[in-house]
Amino acid sequence: MLEIRDLHCSYGDAQVVHGASLTVGDREVVALLGRNGMGKTTLVRSIMGLTSPQVRAGTITWMGDALLGLKAHEIAGRKIALVPQGRRLFPSLTVTEHLTMLKPIRTKTGWTADRIFGLFPRLAERRMNRGNQLSGGERGMLAVGRALMLDPELILMDEPSEGLAPIMVQHLEGIIAQLKAEGLGILLVEQNLYSALAVADRVYVLETGKIVYEAQAEAIAKTPDILTRFLGVH
Amino acid sequence: MSTPLVSALPPVDRAAPTKRVLVWLCIVLAALLALPLLLPGYQISIATQILIFSILAMSIDILAGFVGRTPLGHGAIFGVSTYVVIYWTASLGGSLWVGMGLGILAATLLAAVFALLAIRTSGVYFLLLTLALGMIVWGVCLRSTGITGGENGLRGIGRPGFLVDHVHFYYAILLVTVPVTWIIWRFVHSPFGLTMRGIRESESRMRSLGYNVPLHLFLAFVASGFVAGIAGALYAVFNDFVSPSTVQLSQSVSALLMAITGGVGTLFGAFVGATAIILLENVVSVFTARWPSVLGLTFVLIMIFAPEGIVGRARILLAKRRRRS
Repeated sequence: MLEIRDLHCSYGDAQVVHGASLTVGDREVVALLGRNGMGKTTLVRSIMGLTSPQVRAGTITWMGDALLGLKAHEIAGRKIALVPQGRRLFPSLTVTEHLTMLKPIRTKTGWTADRIFGLFPRLAERRMNRGNQLSGGERGMLAVGRALMLDPELILMDEPSEGLAPIMVQHLEGIIAQLKAEGLGILLVEQNLYSALAVADRVYVLETGKIVYEAQAEAIAKTPDILTRFLGVH
Repeated sequence: MSTPLVSALPPVDRAAPTKRVLVWLCIVLAALLALPLLLPGYQISIATQILIFSILAMSIDILAGFVGRTPLGHGAIFGVSTYVVIYWTASLGGSLWVGMGLGILAATLLAAVFALLAIRTSGVYFLLLTLALGMIVWGVCLRSTGITGGENGLRGIGRPGFLVDHVHFYYAILLVTVPVTWIIWRFVHSPFGLTMRGIRESESRMRSLGYNVPLHLFLAFVASGFVAGIAGALYAVFNDFVSPSTVQLSQSVSALLMAITGGVGTLFGAFVGATAIILLENVVSVFTARWPSVLGLTFVLIMIFAPEGIVGRARILLAKRRRRS
């Protein structure tokens, strides 16, 4: 289980996260909602141990072990994978190379390139295309596929539906549901409320760096005032 | 996570050269094998020099083209290997083959030291730091007259009997160059090579994917130094003389220009770049004493009209032609 307690993060003197706490259980999809600039990506980057932002205070534990102080590659080695905002593919690498750089192509255990292609047949058709030759939807699929090649137990998805057509968002929701069924925990950072509610078990709302609301996903759908108050959704 | 979500598709293709590339490689190899039949002795010697410097340019391409770190100290790594081979054979009376092994080892160790200091930098800082490290090596070689002979340099003991003939020596160098090139090609197309390209494009992305980026940079630098060491050891046998000019900055610049002229990140461009520069040096200098100006002008033209290098540009043109057809 991922547990964040009273986390304070900043970029230089600018504090962005003010005492946020949340948990993600095994086989649980947790959505972290919030408008632009509320600190969602900062929180995710802090979990992954990426250089900036700086964590000023608080704890992040995974399976009972502290993650703070570990380097990003050490955190990834603990089976936590990131699907970054904007996908962040490698422009010059092909789809196949994106997947096989993480694991020898001969590997038969866990997630393999063939298995990813089974999950995303569209990527199989594009296997020889480079990262900069893919559409937004394909880039999103590849970013998820690349993360899966780490054989993660927890995936942090930073706005995976950003810029996707509604049909692709639906496909992504289906993938998230399948991954959950496979036993993965998922922290889904989203601005797309309805997409998040479609797949999440629990929802947190982050506002100006603080968790201001937490509820089961079914409950939040029944409280429109909350949606209006925190997310500006009508 | 043991059961696949969907039944698997046919296996993914391995990274392998296409048939067209293999045909071209066979043609080039045949031409290289036939070269001594067509050229006189001196020109065979230039062809041998081109092969040796192609290996050095490839070692630079490993870093500049595949990791995105442009080094300016590889002349020093190359030259140290040359120094060790000649010192071992001429001053200590050791075997040439052991000396070559020691030269490569020394170059690899020096590259490891360079790497430890340089891998945390990038861009112009990496360039300047490797330049400074190369200058230190040059200074040491210049001042340690007891060992290196200072400005007078060291003269070797000559090539072994069976390598004295230009043609035999050319074939011997070709015999080393082909497998070395193949090994480098496999290296840059291995999963490790993919991680190098990933690091070139985004270090933070690679870190979040679980890669120890400094360790990978270190290993890439050491591998590059190992290859430069091979070139340096071959150069010791070829030139049979070493002086501080072998490790000086101009050596590093010249080898970097070979990599850039051929096309950074193309690997085989190193051969084209080395051929272009060494031929220009040797041919133009016959006609004019101002050959460095001609060389400079050529670089300027290449940088303006083919900044991707000759091979890089050729690839772009071929891709365009293929799209049109």
